[in-house]
Amino acid sequence: MVSNEVAYNSKIEGEVIVTKADAVVNWIRKHSVWPMPMGLACCAIELMASAASRYDISRFGMEVMRFSPRQSDCMIVAGTVTYKMAEVVRRIYDQMGDPKWVVAMGACASTGGMYRSYAVMQGVDNIVPVDVYVSGCPPRPEALLDAMMKLQDKIGNEPSTSRLLQARNTSMV
Amino acid sequence: MSEVTFKEVQVGDSGYRDAVAEERLNSERMALNVGPSHPTTHGVLRLMMELNGDLIEKCEPVLGYLHRGDEKIAENMTYNQFVPYTDRLDYLSPLANNVAYAIAVENLAGVKVPERCEAIRVMICEMARISSHLLGMGVFGMDAGAWTPFMYTFTEREKLYTLFEELTGARFTTSFTRIGGVARDIPEGWLQKVSRFCEELPKAIEEVEKLLTRNRIFLDRTEGVGVISSSDALAFGLTGPNLRASGVDFDLRKDKPYSGYEKYDFEVPIGTRGDCYDRYLVRIEEVRESLKIINQLIDDFPAGSWYAEDAKKIFAPPKEKIMTSMEELIQNFMIVTEGPQVKPGEIYFEAENPKGALGFYIVSKGGGVPYRMKIRAPSFCNLSILEKLAPGHMLADITVILGSLDFVMGECDR
Amino acid sequence: MIDKDFIEDLLKKHPYSNVKHQNDCLTLSCPAQQIIDLTTELRDQQTFDLLVDLTAVDQGEAVENRFMVVIHLYSCIHHDYIRIHSDCTDNESPEFPSIHSVYPAANWHEREAFDMFGIVFTGHPNLKRILMWDEYPYFPLRKEFPLAGIDVPLPADDVVEVTQASVEPAPMMGGPFVSSGQGFMSDAEPRAKDESWTEKKEKPV
Ligand code: SF4
Repeated sequence: MVSNEVAYNSKIEGEVIVTKADAVVNWIRKHSVWPMPMGLACCAIELMASAASRYDISRFGMEVMRFSPRQSDCMIVAGTVTYKMAEVVRRIYDQMGDPKWVVAMGACASTGGMYRSYAVMQGVDNIVPVDVYVSGCPPRPEALLDAMMKLQDKIGNEPSTSRLLQARNTSMV
Repeated sequence: MSEVTFKEVQVGDSGYRDAVAEERLNSERMALNVGPSHPTTHGVLRLMMELNGDLIEKCEPVLGYLHRGDEKIAENMTYNQFVPYTDRLDYLSPLANNVAYAIAVENLAGVKVPERCEAIRVMICEMARISSHLLGMGVFGMDAGAWTPFMYTFTEREKLYTLFEELTGARFTTSFTRIGGVARDIPEGWLQKVSRFCEELPKAIEEVEKLLTRNRIFLDRTEGVGVISSSDALAFGLTGPNLRASGVDFDLRKDKPYSGYEKYDFEVPIGTRGDCYDRYLVRIEEVRESLKIINQLIDDFPAGSWYAEDAKKIFAPPKEKIMTSMEELIQNFMIVTEGPQVKPGEIYFEAENPKGALGFYIVSKGGGVPYRMKIRAPSFCNLSILEKLAPGHMLADITVILGSLDFVMGECDR
Repeated sequence: MIDKDFIEDLLKKHPYSNVKHQNDCLTLSCPAQQIIDLTTELRDQQTFDLLVDLTAVDQGEAVENRFMVVIHLYSCIHHDYIRIHSDCTDNESPEFPSIHSVYPAANWHEREAFDMFGIVFTGHPNLKRILMWDEYPYFPLRKEFPLAGIDVPLPADDVVEVTQASVEPAPMMGGPFVSSGQGFMSDAEPRAKDESWTEKKEKPV
């Protein structure tokens, strides 16, 4: 979407950029996604693989994986969410600062996957809102990278400024 | 101990929770909660500790955050359908789990697999061992503060994944064995690729060793830390590298050989002190021994059939025959719908997996579905010593101890 | 070596135990009261120093002694296993003496058996659930418990308040698909356990 991109031509505009506030905010946000690796099960190994030498997620500006929810923007739920763990996942989600996004990595996190049983929550979307679902059991690192880029696209099209204003208005009331 | 009231501070899962800093400073003991989402716990283990300053006084592991009900699931499906679930027990060495499970059911059914099949199984078991120990070493280094070895070992692991993928079609959820055989024969040219990998690996191991083995900081952090005596190790049911590092010569590949392990020439590395450093050394040596086994296999890979041809009620016939002959079509139909037919009885089979002895206790009442299946997970038993081991150590040591025990929660909680 | 003499010797010392025929390893049956006696002897005199596994089997509600505890020991000298079967007498509230004092490794195994079957191990120092959460009301590995699970509230109230999530039975129409093993061809085709409801179709009450 052209209108949402920072379009700049130095021949025409000189040293001034004219653009939309949304475009700037989104541009900043989408190139500094810091994931919170919620590694729960087997999928976490593929998550590690995508951060390690061959796949190298840092090429896309997302390598800052820290286990501290306060500093992260995007929770990657990688693995089976059991009922016992669901509470913790939600708590961590609550601790993340806004704006925040969730990627459900793998069949288990998306739908419960092959674990139709008494102990497994059938999809993490029962407790947190999910932005991107990744299929696969486990998804290959490429699939995760693709999902992260989809997430960047999504972030790029968000009405972020109006949301910010809305948030301020509601907090003032 | 119990008369002191202490405040709760949570690390990892929910930050500070109703803790008043001043009171905490004044109270003598502190309750510290680590996990279930914390990098040192390698998954979803949770530790509830009582600290006196930096000293751990009490440590209680809380499990079950990854309890997926595998044993109940097993009671509700046929033997072959459960193979994919065994991948996800110890997801660092799925192939070894597949093999352990297949042999357990075969023992129950009384099936003997041909030599080539056994060789394939030994081969993939040892490759799985290498892949698991590589990760174990890398992550252990990371726990002690060294990031680089992790990158080195992961490079090698990726090579292994490529080999697994060519063999099984998946990077690590392989589901490769079937009851009475394996899913397919090894592809053409695959052995050469494995042998090339075997040539390259020792160099990478040496590099990791250069980074860690005589590294002053690493030594300071691991030597003499987390010492497990051999009697303790036995009493708490430790198996695998953790038990061997304490000086007990226990390796099921030697003691109760299965799948033709008696044919290969290899040593069992044994530690002397049972500290974290010994556990690391034992793992490195095991990788070298596994390489030896693989090289022996490549030199002389047995020919012949790769599944039990005479087990008509256990293993499905090849595709060409199913499509052309009525008898094989019915045979295939029966195996797919009703599962491999197994006699009533019970079996306990343990295989020497990278993490320790993975056991399957299966009770069958006949037919294609197990009546009860218990999975004896090595990580579960290895972790149980933590309650005894952790007290008396510094808080910072707990990361190293956990790293050296090398557990996987998927298997621990099942 | 585990041979005839070994077995005869053992039975002479422990007349309450019996040998059951099994093809993989020596299987003894032993009454629950004598279990500590027998395991202590096996550990101290017969070098069975490794408790590899302790679990239970639910033999079904119709059987007289419903819950059977199964213990596997390994000897690093004999290089062999021994299996002990022992019935819990009470079917309603089964009890069993804890062998935690003989083998510390039994601690977690017994907690797991309690968690999954509800067998109370008397004398256990810390008998509470290990895999499910503490307030969970059922024992999942009992035969009457459905694989899909049973409705119960989620353990954390504050999370439930925000999300309205609860522990629900898993929809079984997605599998596992298992044949009933009865009937001819198409009747014996593998089917899902419960096809009466899906995520879209309401669950019949
Ligand atoms: S989706 Fe598959 S690989 Fe991922 S956590 Fe679930 S079972 Fe494991």
